Amino acid sequence: MTQVTLIQAINQGLRQAMKTDPDVVLMGEDIGVNGGVFRATDGLYKEFGEARVIDTPLSENGIVGMAIGMALYGLKPVAEIQFMDFIYPAFDQIVNEAAKFRYRSGGQFPCHVVIRTPFGGGIRGGLYHSQSTEQLFASTPGLKVVIPSTPADAKGLLLTAIHDEEDPVIFLEPKRIYRTATGEVPEGDHRIPFGKARVVKEGSDVTVVSYGAMVPQSLQAVNAVEKMGVHAELIDLRTLVPLDYETVLRSVEKTGRAVIVHEASKFAGFGAELSAIISERALYHLKAPILRIAGYDTPFPYALENLYLPSVDRIARGIERTATAT
Amino acid sequence: MSAAVAGLVPLPYGREDLPGLLGPNWEEWLRTAYRWMLLGRVLDTRMLGMQRQGRVGFYGPATGHEAANVGLALSLRKEDWVFPGLREQLVALARGHPLGQYVHHLFTNGVDPCKGRQMPCHPTAREVHYVSMSSTVGSQIIHAVGCAYAMRLRKDPGAAVACFGDGATSTNEFHAGMNFAGVYQLPVLFFCANNQWAISLPVSKQTRVPVLADKAGEYGFNGVRIDGTDVIAVFHTVRAARERLAEQGPTLVEPLVYRMTPHTSSDDPTRYVPKGWMEEAAAHDPLTRLEELLDRTGVLAVTARETLRQELETELRKLIAEAEVTPPPGPDTLFVDTFRDTFWPLTEDRDSFDREQGGHFP
Ligand SMILES: Cc1ncc(C[n+]2csc(CCOP(=O)(O)OP(=O)(O)O)c2C)c(N)n1
Ligand SMILES: [Mg+2]
Repeated sequence: MTQVTLIQAINQGLRQAMKTDPDVVLMGEDIGVNGGVFRATDGLYKEFGEARVIDTPLSENGIVGMAIGMALYGLKPVAEIQFMDFIYPAFDQIVNEAAKFRYRSGGQFPCHVVIRTPFGGGIRGGLYHSQSTEQLFASTPGLKVVIPSTPADAKGLLLTAIHDEEDPVIFLEPKRIYRTATGEVPEGDHRIPFGKARVVKEGSDVTVVSYGAMVPQSLQAVNAVEKMGVHAELIDLRTLVPLDYETVLRSVEKTGRAVIVHEASKFAGFGAELSAIISERALYHLKAPILRIAGYDTPFPYALENLYLPSVDRIARGIERTATAT
Repeated sequence: MSAAVAGLVPLPYGREDLPGLLGPNWEEWLRTAYRWMLLGRVLDTRMLGMQRQGRVGFYGPATGHEAANVGLALSLRKEDWVFPGLREQLVALARGHPLGQYVHHLFTNGVDPCKGRQMPCHPTAREVHYVSMSSTVGSQIIHAVGCAYAMRLRKDPGAAVACFGDGATSTNEFHAGMNFAGVYQLPVLFFCANNQWAISLPVSKQTRVPVLADKAGEYGFNGVRIDGTDVIAVFHTVRAARERLAEQGPTLVEPLVYRMTPHTSSDDPTRYVPKGWMEEAAAHDPLTRLEELLDRTGVLAVTARETLRQELETELRKLIAEAEVTPPPGPDTLFVDTFRDTFWPLTEDRDSFDREQGGHFP
């Protein structure tokens, strides 16, 4: 086991998949010669050649549409969209095509494409290099939505997406922690099943549910409130679809309090779904209102991004308030 | 600074050609064009340096694009609308957007006309019909077409200009924009600054068509490639095309330029640029080419140019000093402009802001 960053883990995962399965192909803008603008595909063009590490013209719907065609024939395309902010030109291909192929063909045509894309703020990218719109994909039946927050999960979930899945997977990479999240990653093949949340830290007073770059942020907040005697349990969902609602409910039944943290806008965000599930199934265990801590209901700012993104401070206050509400 | 640079490709004009091309005030025209081009270069040099020092968050230079931008700006009319791509900031300035405001924007402070919402180098200048830009490559091309339709419906004299790079010709919006403009025969100028790269992808790997201007024919109108590092050629071609738009419908102009810097301050071109590219680009440096012509025609001597450069640098230094100490936008700006009116849940977001973010958690 070696210590690597999240982006290196993704690179290792891609290399591993390419080595073991000749059907795996990578495609996207600047992913070949340049190794990807974040270097996710660094070295792979040299190792596997231009036929399997494909530099495409600038067309996201071209990239996804072509990946779908490859997948229908049996390849395992892994497409990179350079930033999630630029995935919308491909929205039709993702929502109307990839998500519906299996259904509309009565199961004859599964559509196993993996679409990787960096997402989220905190890198001074302004409104077109910071968006988190996971809810758009999570609310589209037919798409699986994966969001790792550690290097080991990034590799393990990616290899599961490529090797074990047969459905379209939207693989969202929290770019803010590409280089700051470090950890040990198992060598070789390593898989993390979909639909199994990770309990990051156990606690008895309040449940904190999060994913992506907000997991390390929430962990800092959880550690901060611990000094004030509040023991919070932190859950990293890992996959939004399929959702491990059982782990969430089990925790809320224990603590009676729930805080949901994501950086996407709050209104109709993924937190709304979590909040609904908790209300529907654990209402009688609740000792305080559910709290959502999220981005504001505006486009993503540039100069004021630190005020927009849930800060450790804001999360800690929210946890404390929820834990002590009577 | 001497203009005699080894390998430089001189502009193909002599003194005798210029009155015919630029009119009787050709000397004045050249001085104006040079001033704007030099401003672009001075800005790029200074701001890239400041980006490296961490004093601005990001910078997207247009070094190599100066002649294309200035030639375009000087050939348009006041009533025309510009839908910029990624590198036309100089067009906004040459159309009259105040440099001071642009510098405030680069520092994304409280005086930035777009309230610090966009990354630097994304100016918005409604007063000169320079439309707010998106980072989403290609998105603006079809907007120009809609604008041109509106202009014609109202019988207004303006034209719409869609600016974009070679990379954008692979997008849906390029196809939709070219197709719609052809169908409705609209007064749209498609201005495709082909700097031969879409980040790391050379134009030869973006399309099988060697000359991008040739794509226009497939949509039923004219396209022409020009030397985009020759400010006179750009001016001359675009002005003539501009005059014909109302009767003839759309035109595509493809100025061929050289991207002389990294794609942006975030890019490392040593990973993909082949040997010799930088030398070839330098031989087509639009500024040096113009300087060589200024020397040959005796319009603006080296010393006068040096004085001009110093003036521009001094002005810029002053504006930067001001912008750097101007406070960032206030937190209240977070909650306006999403809609015309601020209603729930935005009102609650705003009200919770003080409660959630005031003071400091221990
Ligand atoms: C739709 C979209 N996809 C990807 C990107 C990321 N990106 C920014 S600039 C660029 C290349 C643009 O090339 P070109 O159109 O030639 O303009 P240039 O930068 O060369 O002026 C890419 C891929 C983007 N901004 N928008
Ligand atoms: Mg280009």
